Amino acid sequence: VGCTAADLVTAIRAVAVTVAEHRVELIQLDRAIGDGDHGENLDRGFTAVLAALDAATPDSPSAVLKLVATTLISKVGGAAGPLYGTAFLRASNAVKDRAELGPSDVVEALTAALGGVVARGKAELGDKTMVDALDPAVKAAAGDSVASVLTAAADAASAGADATVPLVARKGRASYLGERSAGHMDPGARSTSLLLRAFAEVAAQ
Amino acid sequence: VTMVGLVVVSHSATLAVGVVEVAAQMAPDVTIVAAGGTGDGGIGTNFDAVTAAIEQADGGAGVVVLYDLGSARMVAEAAAELADNAIVVDAPLVEGTVVAAVSAQGGSAIEDVAHAAESAAGEAEMIEPESVGIVGAVDVAGGMGVAAAPLADIIEFVEASVTLTDELGLHARPAALVARTMTGFDASVTIRFGEATADGRSVLALMALGTRGGDEVRISATGPQAAEAVQVFQDLAARNFGE
Repeated sequence: VGCTAADLVTAIRAVAVTVAEHRVELIQLDRAIGDGDHGENLDRGFTAVLAALDAATPDSPSAVLKLVATTLISKVGGAAGPLYGTAFLRASNAVKDRAELGPSDVVEALTAALGGVVARGKAELGDKTMVDALDPAVKAAAGDSVASVLTAAADAASAGADATVPLVARKGRASYLGERSAGHMDPGARSTSLLLRAFAEVAAQ
Repeated sequence: VTMVGLVVVSHSATLAVGVVEVAAQMAPDVTIVAAGGTGDGGIGTNFDAVTAAIEQADGGAGVVVLYDLGSARMVAEAAAELADNAIVVDAPLVEGTVVAAVSAQGGSAIEDVAHAAESAAGEAEMIEPESVGIVGAVDVAGGMGVAAAPLADIIEFVEASVTLTDELGLHARPAALVARTMTGFDASVTIRFGEATADGRSVLALMALGTRGGDEVRISATGPQAAEAVQVFQDLAARNFGE
């Protein structure tokens, strides 16, 4: 069974709930190695996404993703806004004109999202950024259903986020801390794994 | 002629407005829009403001976007990705905006305006005595006899000496006037002052010649419109570059 625009809206709403639930955790992670606003900013962004989804009825998965993208870029601010926004924007472009998303469409969307994040942030694997969650997620994304693709991606993202703990940051504000950035999970990698987990759980229902 | 527009993205609203102010003086007909600050008085960038600025600046020939630092690049790039025809350039904000503005005023296409802005960072090194490239490259004596017909068009080589009357020499406004005027000719134009040379289309290189009133500069040009370019430069100098 494919993922329709309505299914995707349901998933995005679940993502917003997850972000709100983990707001304090993300703030604490970011306070350790960044400026402490990641949870606040992301929560504000997805609250705005909920309002945008209430106000409009995008008629395709691509249109849903684009609405999320533009809302996040304008409401999240800092670097996370353009990074997540570009991820959703590239995903939107990757699945244009498709009424429903099948497993291979989801893989394409995730691949495009990673390409956007890398292009925008210029981070590589191991730099202690959201790429460390998203890159393994894309590599693991495979399966014969949308749910299995997303579950595989979420599992890999979660492991990737855990693996950022010992890393020394080489991109973003955490890189200013040098060696002292080691010993903490990267908040961007954590939020990426949370987003993918929320998508996977909705898809599995 | 529809000119390329410019957008200046900065963390500070005041800084963006100030950069626009400087560049606008040298390129009065180019639409240059400031997009600085968070929109509510804070320090930061605002995606919606940048998007609106790009729309406002686009008169049909596209928009070149310059930014100050950090996440301003990502905001500018994300906005450009959603726009019809916008290029984000990695350039020093003030110099890049000035050079891009002069290039746009001269009627350059979007890629050329972007390239001009990006070259602003390295302009200081270009003003080496060795870079008398145009003069040295034209082998008039050896080349004329065997030149094929199309080559004859570009072999035209014209030189003239001009004494500057303004006490400040080729300072910002005159340099900008010269650069954008020379951009309009199908000719390579070099201005020499002593051992230093400058591309006639480069406002920063012209300013960096460090001329003063009473100095004599030598203009040389090659290309189909070399004679016109030199004549116009002489005319501009005679009118003290409109100062």
